[in-house]
Amino acid sequence: MSTTTPPHTRATLGTQRVMQSVLLATVPGILVLTHFFGFGTMVNIAWGSLVALACEALALRLRRRPIAVHLRDCSALVTAFLLCIALPPYSPWWLIAIGIACAILLAKHLYGGLGHNPFNPAMVGYVIVLISFPVQMTSWAPPRGLGEMSGLLAALQACFAPAHFDGITMATPLDVLRQNDSLLIADLWQQNPQFGRWAGVGWEWVNLAFLAGGVWLLYLRIFTWHAPVAMLASLGLLAALFYDGGSSASGGSPLFHLLSGATMFGAFFIVTDPVTSAVSNRGRLIYGALIGVLVYVIRVRGDYPDAVAFAVLIMNFAAPFIDAYTQPRTYGHSSRRRDD
Amino acid sequence: MKAVFNFHGGIHPPQNKHRSVRTPIADAGIPPEFILPLSQHIGAPAIPVVRIGDRVLKGQRVAEAGGDISAPVHAPSSGTISAIEDRVIAHPSGLRAPCIVIAADGLDEWIEHSGIPDYRELDSASLIRVIRNAGIAGMGGAGFPTSVKLSVDPPALITTLIINGAECEPYITCDDMLMRERARQIIAGTNILRHILSPGKALIGVEDNKPEALAALRAAAEGSAIEVIDFPAKYPSGGERQLIELLTGRQVPAGQLPAQIGVVCVNVGSAAAVFNAVALGRPLISRVATVTGDAVRDPQNFEVLIGTSFRYLLEKAGYQAQGCDRVIMGGSMMGFAVADLAVPVVKTTNCLLAPAASELPVPPLAQACIRCGLCAQACPASLLPQQLFWFAQGREFRKLEQHHLFDCIECGACAYVCPSSIPLVQYYRASKSQILQLRDDHARADASRLRFESRNQRLQRDALEKSAKRAARKLAVEQRARSDGGDGMAGDPIQAAVERARARKAALHSAFGADGELASREHAVASARKRLEIASTKLDEATIQGSDRVEALQAGVTNTRAKLRAAEQSLDDYRQAKHAVSPDPAVVDTIEQAVHQPGAARATAQSPQYKTRAELEKLQQRLQQSQASLSRCRANGEQEKVIIALEATVSRLQEKIDAITQQLQAMQDN
Repeated sequence: MSTTTPPHTRATLGTQRVMQSVLLATVPGILVLTHFFGFGTMVNIAWGSLVALACEALALRLRRRPIAVHLRDCSALVTAFLLCIALPPYSPWWLIAIGIACAILLAKHLYGGLGHNPFNPAMVGYVIVLISFPVQMTSWAPPRGLGEMSGLLAALQACFAPAHFDGITMATPLDVLRQNDSLLIADLWQQNPQFGRWAGVGWEWVNLAFLAGGVWLLYLRIFTWHAPVAMLASLGLLAALFYDGGSSASGGSPLFHLLSGATMFGAFFIVTDPVTSAVSNRGRLIYGALIGVLVYVIRVRGDYPDAVAFAVLIMNFAAPFIDAYTQPRTYGHSSRRRDD
Repeated sequence: MKAVFNFHGGIHPPQNKHRSVRTPIADAGIPPEFILPLSQHIGAPAIPVVRIGDRVLKGQRVAEAGGDISAPVHAPSSGTISAIEDRVIAHPSGLRAPCIVIAADGLDEWIEHSGIPDYRELDSASLIRVIRNAGIAGMGGAGFPTSVKLSVDPPALITTLIINGAECEPYITCDDMLMRERARQIIAGTNILRHILSPGKALIGVEDNKPEALAALRAAAEGSAIEVIDFPAKYPSGGERQLIELLTGRQVPAGQLPAQIGVVCVNVGSAAAVFNAVALGRPLISRVATVTGDAVRDPQNFEVLIGTSFRYLLEKAGYQAQGCDRVIMGGSMMGFAVADLAVPVVKTTNCLLAPAASELPVPPLAQACIRCGLCAQACPASLLPQQLFWFAQGREFRKLEQHHLFDCIECGACAYVCPSSIPLVQYYRASKSQILQLRDDHARADASRLRFESRNQRLQRDALEKSAKRAARKLAVEQRARSDGGDGMAGDPIQAAVERARARKAALHSAFGADGELASREHAVASARKRLEIASTKLDEATIQGSDRVEALQAGVTNTRAKLRAAEQSLDDYRQAKHAVSPDPAVVDTIEQAVHQPGAARATAQSPQYKTRAELEKLQQRLQQSQASLSRCRANGEQEKVIIALEATVSRLQEKIDAITQQLQAMQDN
């Protein structure tokens, strides 16, 4: 008779399925991004995925790990998708390659591979290219209706022959708001075509699409609601507190912040990364809430137009600390302390 | 129905219970052979009271409890004891353990037995004795002797009696069927337990996925003070500590028994067994067990005699061996695969699960932990399984203990939810046994260090005493010399002794005249014998105290014995010489006697029995000494380590004495 160890039955949710679900949940957001900003993001993702798989295979080979087994867990693809969604559409191929290589090799495998990285790999890659190549990283295409839409060929050209691509760029709504110091919010809205019904044209729909994907993941119980809801709540609360009735010094309305930039994408796809976040539910509430605070502070007071990457990386530092102070009380013990 | 509480975590694995509850409990019948492991419970193994070849009757005791925490074993049917030997038992590692094997004669002839007509006339202690003699041990799976659970001191502490009918483990339905079909027995058993413990309230907890069982229990409990409580199904609600929290809202303090918070928790199967033991006088010789899984044609529950082999029972349910590569004892969460189908059903065997290959697939290779935290959310003990896993991999035993590894109940909820299919429970089990091993090693090292230190102290003390004595003697001699005045000879003690000896010899000579020579030789023999006696006594004492002078003393004894022999020889020679001169038969007789008597005595002294008995006496002496010093240390409130070391010595001596007593017994039998 063969002997196996208990439990003999296991829940069906495996790591591979978790990763595949996350990939699938990004699809609505990618489609809406493509609708409003053209094929740039899709080209980013296609090229980025190839580089990511190559880097992962290289790292696994160097570390003498079975390549096929680990490639199949799809974690490299998730990193590629998340980073390429965050990068501006029509980024040149080398920028994407550098970002992905930094994410997979530096942020992930140098720390010991999947599960061992203290920082979110996609965000590390993003911040490295953001600081290194600020010009490329701050040029977003104009949304549909406000400029000429590039086709698939132009997108491929932008990526692989950037010298011959002459794309138009436009300041994002978050940029516009940050640079405003004279107009009332209502006037700003009227004078800039980038603003739509609640936030930026296109951006509001992009955010709603990522929200939908996130809600689907919540429904699948891929992650718990604690971190994303805490982040959105603290961001919305701070925005409401400092809305200032829409004066020229206003930081923008809560709705504007919730539906701008990478808010929803960050809340449901970045903050929820289990490896780099706090572990307990209470810990995730604190972790998410503090990310929301940092996002608002950096958006309104900082030098960078969007802040999710920095906020997440800073809180990655704090996650072990939060974990140490949010341990549950073991059954039958009177205190939460575990150091005696 | 009253409000119930909740416990942290828990999971909802597929239950797979429906298939084995379609038919009533069937009788598994009498197998050709019973294998009765001596250890079917937690605690000391039982001790056989039968011999190979004995005929035993159904219900006859074949092994008695081997200690306070132990349980006797009874013959499940009539037959002949065919072997008492090691057999493979139901154990994850395919362990072999001592078993009594009975060849059944098929007559199923009961031993004379009778129940107690009215248990209310007996006091708690007598009822607990009945339960103990019936060999009842926790039938939920843990096998803790029920009588020990009930022996709460003082019993007034118990406020709540909980009867555990939760049966949260997937596949298992034996408690469910028992509650459906024998609810009255369970209620009657509960009433007996209430009489023993007199708790404020008695609760029966059942998961709400067993409506028939709940209805049957409620009908049977109608009019009694027993409350039947249902609660939402969630694994592991049937864990003792989880059930207590569910029903009372209180947690059992870590490392303590439920009695600490006034709760005693007993399985429904054990409650029914208590009824059988008290009201019918039947010991625990059968139980209800589920046989299920896709590899059996008719999944159902059986009333099966303890000791029946798995193969026999599986075949009763239509076992199909092809496509089934393992049989699990227990459910799919905590059960373990057995190594061999010859293993017997024991008191804790609640389920045999024979899955088809596709039913419970072997999990994929473990992947890296992604710290998803699902395990921490599932853990019913509120542990941090991912942290424990981390520490277990790094063999950080201190950290593991700080993170309460020993509060893990090994329910497997963490491993069940783990998306990376990491065998977490195995890591915890291995770490637990490694830590226990380390603790044991430490205790041993501490004890031997203590022994060494105390020996050194004793040697130092002895040396000091000796030098003090020597100084005192010297002082006394000097003083005497001074008081004797100018006599220079008296100042030298050796010279004085030589003088004394010479004087004694001269006195002997003058007293006995010509026969003085004989007398002096006899005196030499007598004094040599006396010296030998003294030396032997000293040697014995030294051996008892474990002194390092043993070897020196041994040499002394040998030496003295040689001298004795020489003295005897010279006495002999002299006598023979004298005999040649004057052959006085009376004298010869006495001489012969004198020469041979000690020799005969020595011959007896050197017989193995005598030696063993002497050794036994010595050991008993040592034991007494050790016990005395142990109680002295206890009274003086010595360090715990010292006491532990002494206790170890006492138990070691006890073991030796037992072994020697047995040896002696064997000699006498021969």
